Amino acid sequence: MSKIWNNYRYLILRRFVQIGILVLFFGANAWGWKVLEGNLSSSLLLGTVPMSDPYAVLQMVIAGAVVASDLLIGVAIVTLFYFFIGGRAFCSWVCPINMVTDSANYLRRVFDIDRAQLERQPIKRSARYWVLAISLIVSAFMGIAAFEFISPISMLHRGIVFGMGFGWAAIGLIFLFDLFVLKNGWCGHICPLGGFYSLLGKFSFIRVHHLEENCTLCMKCKVVCPEKQVLHMIGKESLPVLSGECTNCARCIEVCDDDALEFSIRDLIQNKKTGE
Amino acid sequence: MSNHSKAKQPVSDRRKFILNMAKGVGYAAVGGFLWSAYLDEAKASPLVLRPPAAIKEDDFLKTCIKCGLCVEACPYDTLKLAKPGDHEPLGTPFFTPRDIPCYMCEDIPCVPVCPSGALDESSVTVNGQLDINVADMGLAVIDENSCIAFWGIQCDACYRACPLLDKAITIEYDKNSRTGKHAFLKPIVHADACTGCGMCEHACVTEKPAIFILPREVAMGKAGSHYIKGWDKKDEARLKDAHAIHTTTKVSRQQAVDKLNGGLEGLLDE
Repeated sequence: MSKIWNNYRYLILRRFVQIGILVLFFGANAWGWKVLEGNLSSSLLLGTVPMSDPYAVLQMVIAGAVVASDLLIGVAIVTLFYFFIGGRAFCSWVCPINMVTDSANYLRRVFDIDRAQLERQPIKRSARYWVLAISLIVSAFMGIAAFEFISPISMLHRGIVFGMGFGWAAIGLIFLFDLFVLKNGWCGHICPLGGFYSLLGKFSFIRVHHLEENCTLCMKCKVVCPEKQVLHMIGKESLPVLSGECTNCARCIEVCDDDALEFSIRDLIQNKKTGE
Repeated sequence: MSNHSKAKQPVSDRRKFILNMAKGVGYAAVGGFLWSAYLDEAKASPLVLRPPAAIKEDDFLKTCIKCGLCVEACPYDTLKLAKPGDHEPLGTPFFTPRDIPCYMCEDIPCVPVCPSGALDESSVTVNGQLDINVADMGLAVIDENSCIAFWGIQCDACYRACPLLDKAITIEYDKNSRTGKHAFLKPIVHADACTGCGMCEHACVTEKPAIFILPREVAMGKAGSHYIKGWDKKDEARLKDAHAIHTTTKVSRQQAVDKLNGGLEGLLDE
């Protein structure tokens, strides 16, 4: 039992947080709970603290909206949290699409789809930054928040709270895309919100650290990692994972049997030494 | 250089880089274009009815962050967030009065909760107090062909349902010349008072409502500023600072005289 807890503790916590947030949102709409109202685009915590999606507001401002101060306060709160603390944690701890793509990824491993698809991945991971840039350009030209109108993330959290409609189709599409077409296709290659948080969270304090002397090169961490390019130091150097693309999902930490990976606070002095 | 020797040369890194960038830009242009085209279609929804105090539709689409706080605040479940398949701009709040109209709560709970400014509290505030009666969600329009009151059958469902009774809808009496002894009791909508709440549409007894809410821009025409109601003092006042615009076209009198004196030859030729 303790082994299960040890190997899945962060996964269980993440699911608890992800589902918990959705339950609170759902309860607010269905039964009038006042804990967390709204949805992931913009919400109100305990009826007082506003929180807003900084990427959505960025698109709105570029589209030419004059937004109210409540929204800007909400943006500041969320931005500061991920900039200083969470990094890209939104993607693995909050975003409901994470459960969809994680399950696709799990099935990929079960059916050994990775090894059957040996050809080069058709899309690069940098594509998300292109999508991010295009979303802002399109927002400016069309005068509306471009990604918010097609975002499957919003369709899912909004759908769970306010009614799904045909939103299931979009979610199913992402699941199939990640399962059969491209490993980590949506979250790791295309999603501009993930790209946005990769850039925003680049300097955050919570980081995964690698201890090379404990590593036995089993590479379990690289198998589970959804952004395995960030683990380039495994078995080579004792370094923190400094890439903003790391989602702090902590799967690598819990699958490591050798205590070679651990969460810790970014060490500023060490960073100077390594030039970061 | 012949094609043969060209094929042998390795492609330089610089060339590769430039071509890869060009490829990226190509993908981006195609993607951006499709994206824009889709958005142009997806945001076009001229008949959508917004919550009270919503700003102009164009600005509303820019400003609404789709959080649904107005929807949660609505005690009657009037407001919905558009989901895929509703054929309204995705995620934005709207209402369908035939299903559930706006019941015009006095404290307007849906408006102050809006964090983005898409619902503008000041537009429903009179003398520092919220006043739902000045809200403008749309305008009731009557199809006289299907309204049974216009047939001569007695019905005043919309008139009774209207929260601004005798202001937004009044009843006009008219002689029924078909029977010669009955009266028409015709409902008339007054655009200056109607808030577009949709209680009339909800109450309408016909199979498909004969009175229904349309956004004001759709429901109303526009006479233009050059028509002035001379009998209306307020409207007439617009003339005070008006100044006439004189345009003069240079006309050559001599040419006209020459033409008349020139005989009929030219005309006959044609």
